[in-house]
Amino acid sequence: MLARIKEFLGMEAKPKEEASQQEVEKVAEEEKAKPRIGYIHLSGCTGDAMSLTENYDILAPLLTEMVDIVYGQTLADVWYDVENNPYAIDDMPEMDLVLIEGSVCLQDEHSMHELLKAREKAGLVVAFGSCAATGCFTRYSRGGQQANPRHESFVPIADIIKVDLAMPGCPPSPEIIAKTVVAVINGDMDYLQPMMDLVGYTEACGCDLQLKVVNQALCIGCGTCAMSCQTRAVTMTNGRPEVNSDRCIKCGICYIQCPRSWWPADRIKQDLGL
Amino acid sequence: MVLGTYKQIVHARSTDKQIQKISQDGGIATGLLCFALDEKIIDGAVVAGPSDEMWKPEPTVALSSDEILAAAGTKYTLSPNLWMVKEAVRQNGLEKAGIVTIPCQTMGLRKMQSYPIGVRFVADKIALDIGIFCTENFPFESLKTFITAKAGVNFDLVEKMDIGKGKFWVHTADDVISFPIKETHGYEQNGCKVCLDLVSELSDISTGSIGAPDNWSSVLTRTEPGETIFSQAVDAGLIETKPMDEGKFGLEMLTKLAKSKKEKAMKEIDQRKELGLPVPYKASSEKEDPLANV
Ligand SMILES: Cc1cc2nc3c(=O)[nH]c(=O)nc-3n(C[C@H](O)[C@H](O)[C@H](O)COP(=O)(O)OP(=O)(O)OC[C@H]3O[C@@H](n4cnc5c(N)ncnc54)[C@H](O)[C@@H]3O)c2cc1C
Ligand code: SF4
Ligand code: SF4
Ligand code: SF4
Repeated sequence: MLARIKEFLGMEAKPKEEASQQEVEKVAEEEKAKPRIGYIHLSGCTGDAMSLTENYDILAPLLTEMVDIVYGQTLADVWYDVENNPYAIDDMPEMDLVLIEGSVCLQDEHSMHELLKAREKAGLVVAFGSCAATGCFTRYSRGGQQANPRHESFVPIADIIKVDLAMPGCPPSPEIIAKTVVAVINGDMDYLQPMMDLVGYTEACGCDLQLKVVNQALCIGCGTCAMSCQTRAVTMTNGRPEVNSDRCIKCGICYIQCPRSWWPADRIKQDLGL
Repeated sequence: MVLGTYKQIVHARSTDKQIQKISQDGGIATGLLCFALDEKIIDGAVVAGPSDEMWKPEPTVALSSDEILAAAGTKYTLSPNLWMVKEAVRQNGLEKAGIVTIPCQTMGLRKMQSYPIGVRFVADKIALDIGIFCTENFPFESLKTFITAKAGVNFDLVEKMDIGKGKFWVHTADDVISFPIKETHGYEQNGCKVCLDLVSELSDISTGSIGAPDNWSSVLTRTEPGETIFSQAVDAGLIETKPMDEGKFGLEMLTKLAKSKKEKAMKEIDQRKELGLPVPYKASSEKEDPLANV
């Protein structure tokens, strides 16, 4: 199993990582209690869950051998509902980690309740995907639509509860999901640090490239932002990013991938064996 | 270690006469990419190709040796090569992409590979990154000023530009004009002032002219794949090497310039921190090695 995760992540090509590979194997052999995972779906499009499932190679063993999915409507057919729905369970179970997809709608009592309950029951809360982390395209919501015209105000979950890790992306890439899972299982806090820092980045926009990079005399015209924008909202003009705000969904990825926003030098050297 | 981690450092040049003629220095970038393409180590490469405007590069996905050759030569202005990386993988379907990057672009590439947060299945398709040395880069309008105002040459007549021996050189068909590099100060892009990397410390193979004799390059192999590809090209006779000149105009010069770039940048970084301006790097007081690229 771990061999497969490692192969998937291309880790086996790097002999310098032998020490950490041994650690990974040790963790596997120790047959620790499996982490209990929950998955909560708020106002998102299921793209993040889809991206998770794109880890075909590792998904089945991951779900069956390495973790216990104890809560989640889609992944485990277990959900909790204050209104005593006959199919729902009485109380949300304790979880080591809960992935929350989607922003939360302030007018949706059920979602608000589930979110608050999740914070109570989970050790670690992950804002999974840009809707949960930054609000993403739900930031444009103005209500007045079916199925519920009153549902108008959608905010990143960190506006309501304390979040431990943010994994933005519309959706986050299958690789970052796999790498994060491995890091969580190994307790590799160094790898997770940037995701902890990103918890505070809830007001994302393509205009951050201008405000936080170009305006701050930091842009070097590398084009990473334009490459990483998932909606092709960014082009490069005279070596500087130009954002088409009509295409921007406020996912934050352009600024997050920019080498001038944060710089994980030590991890990169380790990954390259340098 | 101001030159970053490396396996070997040598002088090298392409043995191909055509590449020697059109390349900037030893033709290492072009020579290695053509070799890697022929050997199917890569199936294409992102390079700073020509655009409609003279000397204004356009990041291009090169799928043939001809397209790689068309990108040879340094264009001293911004070419956002990283922009085309996803294009290369998605639109052109490259499975093993090569790329040429200046150090800051190398950094964007490597960050994306270690943290591909919103970039799906691109990181694993990068087979070779050739990093080129870089002291600074210029907006296109700055470059125009150098050529037309400082060198007094019609932009369209320029055949080659070069920085070396303390001067900016402009070659035309029948003339070579130069002016002191000092006169370019104030025209460089601002972001370069906090750049700690002269020699593309995170590339697979780095190359540049500093420390090398004319028409040769200095080459540092860094990663396993980088070392392998370089050795294969040497064994195949496409690249010739000679031992690095350890002296004043060789390794000493390269080390000195890499160090002084870092010292200047660290000063700027510390100043910015004092002013409360953002900068992604640590202040010198927070670092074990004040010259490390962190
Ligand atoms: C802005 C800039 C500043 C530089 N400063 C220095 C320096 O201070 N000291 C030093 O020793 N070397 C410097 N170089 C590198 C040097 O000029 C040569 O590019 C390098 O030695 C490679 O030479 P070559 O003969 O192997 O490459 P060639 O075979 O001529 O190929 C050059 C390659 O560089 C790429 N390229 C050209 N222009 C750019 C660009 N603007 N951005 C990204 N890629 C580009 C092309 O795609 C091509 O593949 C600089 C390069 C650039 C682009
Ligand atoms: S990624 Fe950052 S530094 Fe690079 S071009 Fe975009 S804004 Fe500028
Ligand atoms: S410009 Fe693109 S990457 Fe940046 S926030 Fe908008 S949609 Fe996301
Ligand atoms: S000096 Fe550094 S930041 Fe500026 S162009 Fe060169 S590599 Fe990029």
